[in-house]
Amino acid sequence: MSALLESFAQRWAELPEPLRAAAGLAETRKAALDALLADGLPANRAERWRYTSLRALGQRSFRASAGASVDAALIARIPRPRLVFVNGWLDTALSDLSDLPAGLSVRALGRVLPEAHARDVVHLGRRYSASDEVFARANAALAVEGAVIEVEADAQIEMPLHLVSIGAPESAEAAWHLRHLIDLGANARLTVVEHVLGFEAHAHLDNTIAQVHLKPGAELSHARLQSAGEGAQLFARVDAALAAGALYRRVDLELGATLSRLELNAELQGEAAAFVSGGAQLVDAKRAVDVRLGVDHIARDTRCDLRWRGLAAGRGKLSFYGGIRIREGADGTDAELSDRNLLLSDTAEVNTQPVLVIDADEVKAAHGATVGQLDATALFYLRSRGIPRDEARALLTRAFLVEAIEVAEQPALIETLSDALIARIEGAAL
Amino acid sequence: MLDIKNLHVRAGEREILKGLSLTLEPGKLHAIMGPNGAGKSTLGHVLAGREGYEVTQGSVEFNGVDLLALEPEERAAAGVFLAFQYPVEIPGVNNTYFLRAALNAQRKARGEEELDAMQFLKLVRQKLQVLHLKEELLHRAVNSGFSGGEKKRNEIFQMAVLEPKLAILDETDSGLDIDALKAVADGVNAQRDGDRSFLVITHYQRLLDYIVPDVVHVLADGRIVESGGPELARELESHGYAWVKDRQSPEKV
Repeated sequence: MSALLESFAQRWAELPEPLRAAAGLAETRKAALDALLADGLPANRAERWRYTSLRALGQRSFRASAGASVDAALIARIPRPRLVFVNGWLDTALSDLSDLPAGLSVRALGRVLPEAHARDVVHLGRRYSASDEVFARANAALAVEGAVIEVEADAQIEMPLHLVSIGAPESAEAAWHLRHLIDLGANARLTVVEHVLGFEAHAHLDNTIAQVHLKPGAELSHARLQSAGEGAQLFARVDAALAAGALYRRVDLELGATLSRLELNAELQGEAAAFVSGGAQLVDAKRAVDVRLGVDHIARDTRCDLRWRGLAAGRGKLSFYGGIRIREGADGTDAELSDRNLLLSDTAEVNTQPVLVIDADEVKAAHGATVGQLDATALFYLRSRGIPRDEARALLTRAFLVEAIEVAEQPALIETLSDALIARIEGAAL
Repeated sequence: MLDIKNLHVRAGEREILKGLSLTLEPGKLHAIMGPNGAGKSTLGHVLAGREGYEVTQGSVEFNGVDLLALEPEERAAAGVFLAFQYPVEIPGVNNTYFLRAALNAQRKARGEEELDAMQFLKLVRQKLQVLHLKEELLHRAVNSGFSGGEKKRNEIFQMAVLEPKLAILDETDSGLDIDALKAVADGVNAQRDGDRSFLVITHYQRLLDYIVPDVVHVLADGRIVESGGPELARELESHGYAWVKDRQSPEKV
């Protein structure tokens, strides 16, 4: 068995029995662990792991986090209400959930779980049957912390909720498994901004699953700013289920970590449900980002608009998989995917793969993927107006990536995202 | 202020400028006319510092400075402006932001104080008024989705804001209808102040009906073959460039 899986099994053994068995989940957890240990890590040739080798990571072992503390000043700019996790544990001092608007409930799973009934945490019962769903299985077996965010039907929550996950140094490398739920009742509306951050050098493993449930007519705007620390390994997975007329609008900025993998799945289960996803991936130095989108059009008249941009510099490795499936009966579907990338060095790598599988007749589906360089003519144009070379490059790079965050639509949110992007580009070795 | 001596320029294997010499005094407007492929646009690009050209001989002095030794942004700060024949679309970069970044970069390079947002807006509004442009132009992305005429007018607008010492207009008349042509010409004329020099590159004489040059040069096969007053442009119009070609290398006849 690999050292990594051994350390997961060890973690399982350390979980207090009452927590492991809470909400009647003992069997589910055990089954997930057994399946994980039986199937092992996926081979390099496994299709879904083609661009992210787990060989090196498999040799490493991670302890449960003993907790770490973070200076409140470091996250002073993140507004409230906010729920903050440090190395996978809720930090009550940094969190502030006072004065939540009516109709919005935000709780930490760690608080809910010990006394929960199975029906309170149905989302934890999900099973992951594919042998290569390594991290989802580990999460199913081991997650005891996370956010439980619920919005009552018809509640229109204007104030954005901030969800923060921070990695900070400890005496040993730690792994944590967070499990978030975002559940919106019919016609409810919410904005969630996720911040994945890292302070000081560490090489932890963050394995987070977010389940998003949108009932008919619900609207979720969701931004995730991933600017984790240099040595961090991130495995994030999102499974969204959209009922009729629901809208999931999401922007991802993949800016940090040594390895970041994002699996973003959306099932458009109800008629006229829509998934709009923008994202920017930035890899420099020896960083790797691997994003896999999986959009499943099940009902008719559903829509997806996927707009991703990537930037690869240094010895960075950027991978993008855009999978769209349109099932039989999902007529009237409108699916659009564009993934454009800038390759800024000879040693960087970009892999982009749009995949459309269409089993319905009356659909509109378009996809495009490009890899190119900064436009030399545009660069000369800017310089001929007096803008120095490096500034001109940064300006063009930013303009290229900014297209992806415009899908956020809310001006304040776009500004937050754009500021993060600009700060990152300015600090990058392009 | 601009002194080009025996300029030879190659692009790849091909020699495009073959000993071009030209002197431009402050406040003067010189037109450069010539057939396609004569090297007109190359001259504009080389003066602005575009990559891809190799100067094999000759010199360009601009107000006593070796222009060819400067980076494009340094030339801009020194006062050189090129209005592009094909202005570049830059989606995602706001026109105002771009212009302010450009102006402030130039001012900074010259050791002048940068303009804050208010000062800049005031300047820009004033220029818009002179050029009869709509303020809406400011809020759009640079040239993005602009019509041909709008792009050319945006070039002239940038020139008005940046206030160069030497403005090079590369076929600014190409692709314009008569109204747009007049608007562009008005914009240029508004900026002729007795100090600013212009090099107006054009294929057709019609622009010179509205922007009256001090001197007209004919560029053919990489060098100036004829220079004269505004009447030279009209002669060219009636005789065509073949007339020039016949006269350009009498020693070969």
